[in-house]
Amino acid sequence: MGRDAGKLSLTLLMTPFLLWIGLLIILPQIGIGYVSLREKVSYDEFHYGLKNYVDFISEPVYRNTLFRTAWMSIVVTALALVVGFPVAYYIAKIARQKSRAALFLMCLIPLWVSDLVRAYGWIVLLRETGVVSRTLVALGIIGQPVEMLYNDATVVMGLVYTVVLFMIVPLTSTLQGMDDALLEAGYNLGGSRLTVFRRIIVPYAMPGIVSGCIITFMLTAGSYLTPVLLGGKNSSWFTEQIYNQFITRYNWEAGATFGVTLLVFTSFVVWLGLKLTGQSLATTVAKD
Amino acid sequence: MYDLSCDRVTKAFGKFVAVDEVSLDIPSGSFFSILGPSGCGKTTLMRMIAGFETPSGGDIRIKGESVLSLPPNKRNVKMVFQHLALFPMMNVGENIAYGLRCRGDAKAEIPAKVARVLERVGLPGVEEKQIGQLSGGQRQRIAIARCMVLEPDVLLLDEPLGALDLKLREHMKIELKQLQHQFETTFLYITHDQSEALVMSDRVAVMNRGRFEQIGTPRELYDDPVSGFVAGFVGDANCLAGKIAEIRGGEVRVELDGGGAVEARRADDSAVGDAVEVFVRPEAMRIGETAEGTRIAGTVDSLLFNGANSRILVKAERGQLVEVADPGQSGELTPGASVSVGFSPARARAFARRTA
Amino acid sequence: MASTLRALLAASALALTIGSAEAETLRLLTWGGYAPEELIKKFEAENPDIDVEVTLSNNEEMIAKLRATGGTGYDLAQPSHDRIFAAQKEYRIYKPLDLSKIDTDAMTPNLLEGVKANTTIDGEVYAVPHQWGTSGVMANMKETSGVTGFGDLCDPKYKGRTSMRLRRTILLGTAFSMGMNPFELYADKAAYQDMLDKVTKKLIDCKPIVKTYWTGGDDLSALMLSGEVVVAETWDSTAYKIYNENPDIVFVPPKTGALAWIDTFAIPRGGEADDAAYKWINFVLKPENVKIMSASTGAIAAVPNGIDLLPEDKQKAVKAAFTQADLDNLKFFANIPPGLEDMEGIALERIKAASSE
Repeated sequence: MGRDAGKLSLTLLMTPFLLWIGLLIILPQIGIGYVSLREKVSYDEFHYGLKNYVDFISEPVYRNTLFRTAWMSIVVTALALVVGFPVAYYIAKIARQKSRAALFLMCLIPLWVSDLVRAYGWIVLLRETGVVSRTLVALGIIGQPVEMLYNDATVVMGLVYTVVLFMIVPLTSTLQGMDDALLEAGYNLGGSRLTVFRRIIVPYAMPGIVSGCIITFMLTAGSYLTPVLLGGKNSSWFTEQIYNQFITRYNWEAGATFGVTLLVFTSFVVWLGLKLTGQSLATTVAKD
Repeated sequence: MYDLSCDRVTKAFGKFVAVDEVSLDIPSGSFFSILGPSGCGKTTLMRMIAGFETPSGGDIRIKGESVLSLPPNKRNVKMVFQHLALFPMMNVGENIAYGLRCRGDAKAEIPAKVARVLERVGLPGVEEKQIGQLSGGQRQRIAIARCMVLEPDVLLLDEPLGALDLKLREHMKIELKQLQHQFETTFLYITHDQSEALVMSDRVAVMNRGRFEQIGTPRELYDDPVSGFVAGFVGDANCLAGKIAEIRGGEVRVELDGGGAVEARRADDSAVGDAVEVFVRPEAMRIGETAEGTRIAGTVDSLLFNGANSRILVKAERGQLVEVADPGQSGELTPGASVSVGFSPARARAFARRTA
Repeated sequence: MASTLRALLAASALALTIGSAEAETLRLLTWGGYAPEELIKKFEAENPDIDVEVTLSNNEEMIAKLRATGGTGYDLAQPSHDRIFAAQKEYRIYKPLDLSKIDTDAMTPNLLEGVKANTTIDGEVYAVPHQWGTSGVMANMKETSGVTGFGDLCDPKYKGRTSMRLRRTILLGTAFSMGMNPFELYADKAAYQDMLDKVTKKLIDCKPIVKTYWTGGDDLSALMLSGEVVVAETWDSTAYKIYNENPDIVFVPPKTGALAWIDTFAIPRGGEADDAAYKWINFVLKPENVKIMSASTGAIAAVPNGIDLLPEDKQKAVKAAFTQADLDNLKFFANIPPGLEDMEGIALERIKAASSE
């Protein structure tokens, strides 16, 4: 009786989780994978094969956009790490207990508004007739209004701003678990600041660094509005190509192919990153 | 020359003075302990010696050289932390090699040095083990090895036994003493546990409220405490509060607060009428003997069995509880029996009463 | 399997609607501004048993949505006339119209005939006209001179101060400005590709001159009104709105002919309120309602005196922009044969991905 009740509660607890995983994650992926293998012959008549993938590889525009997206996502991830680490370190180790929550909330503020509003915020600030340009002219720092939108640097900056929180959160929680005595032991045994940072803080924070990098990289590679709106005419981003295939060109087969390719390629980049840093998913994301 | 000298070292945090003009000199190769209750300033003192805090005044010298201007990583003082602070992301060998690499030792020599120090702490061949695979006692030894491989002038130990269970703690006390002999390095050991300090140390400083109350060998502290605080903190003692009624040469007669009177040695310059406390060790008391001395009448309250450390708890007529050593565990007495407790005034000390 | 699923969806949709069977719902899939609140209220007052629900969209998303649901979920859609034939051939998302239920006499005959010709498949008509307008360029007269058409968007003297929308319209407009006629090349894919290659090259070379590609009427308005951009591709209706705020900015019908589009009425295959849909079509064609509609859309209704039914300020803007010769020179978008849009899509992506430096 007790065992049956246990089984029942386990089933009840697991059902929403399994439904979520099954219906919202696995099933759509299978569907996308299935559509990507379809080749349209005419209405409701299809062949199955890898032609869509061959088409993808043979068209340099798509290939290059994918590489460009991956490369810029790596740059964004690296910058987010450089910006996020000191912030996380400050929150976890230097700030007083009382101000920690407030600092954390401040980092969260960008997430209170939608992507779209955030992007328009940047546009209002950075456009040729925008706040920054006008202020600089008024202060006499520049003679002519200057256009700060529609280039890669702005896209990278906007993306870093959007994703840096997802770097800070895992880093902070990892660093919070670090005993200050480890740092003192590091100095006491003769380590310089650099040695202590390189050999004690970074290795200790590695699980946080890796999970933060995976999250930010995936978020960046999958982002849509920020690169499209801030990049303007120079913003080819792979998600935009997926949107174009599905919506503008009604080509679900190619769109699905692109989607699968993006998933596989970004997973590959993550795998490569894990290999190069000698980490594994088990020791980082699923750390006990 | 002393390995470590502190000269009127002071540390103030705002208005609060944590360490107040503390001076000490530790001869080479000795085991020195600082014993005091938590909050007495002993950890602050140790952190100043290691370089993690800067003194507000005074000087700290290692082998005769002032180290105040040196950052922590340049001082040849190594530290075993309370929770050991072994690096969890490195294995045992890397933990020990860390200091050597920081010092810039030749890469080729490091493995041999690591192996040698592991052998000396009795754990040969564990270089590849992860920290998590070691027992508490083994970790302790690795933490010491990690410092000793650097041949420090002084090794600081910050209550490293606190986290161990009792049995292991008893064992490690002896092992630490042996390690210290073996390395012939000066150990400065901080603890709030008087038994650790008494068992291991050559000399002990008793610290209270930022000051040293007394520095001496364990025996001196035990047999000849200079203050009520030391008498009460080092070893077990019965403490009877009263007022001096009469001074007779080196002895005083004290009227206890609850009534009754005892005789004791006059241990400081308290005068007639001053409030004092009389400290008597349990083993200085006897039950039922007719030997001369001062006496307290009472009834047996309970028997506290603890092997060779067994005690009899006696409730005096006036209400005070007195612990009497019962090494023989004769078992003749039962709770409720009327007894008379006696002790020689020479083994009791009257100190001015401590302010609360 | 797909059909079972669809049946299941339909069944559940049916089950959901049965609950509110008394009040019929008319689900409109249309453009922003094409269903003004005032008209909806009036319509619901005249037909108390009908509730109107509006979903705003654009050509591409309308087709994508209807394709995803197999033509269900909406009762009346308003795609442009050139987007019906191929979509219907490929995805079968519309149902034939019963012209006898539509007051076709109220429509401008040549527009009606044009739309009918473009949307007839196997003798069945799938769409009738509603509103029309043109795509061309607008220029800030204070800062420019002699703007005549799409070609001026790539004039080096406006470097960094022009804007266009990276969609098929600009490909066609640029082709006309280069002396080609894309509509005549529709039938010949090789020739069309050749034309696209030339246009692509031209637009890639033009990239340093363009400030950015606009994506909607709002950001286009911001670019023009702030003065950051002085010449831009535009829809005439957007240009008229801007003219009201800054009369220096006027719509310029290109010398090579303004590209004219007609938004239509079409009934999705799974529509469940056909009678309500026909009622709505006839309702908005009534002259008094056309006035309200045109004030909201800024476009011209497909009724004989459509321009006169525009609000006064817009009438002025139209008359300032168009001469009778311009009106005669309108180039109506021709039906896109299947496959062409893929070619255009690649061309657009190449332009977008090209580096501007």
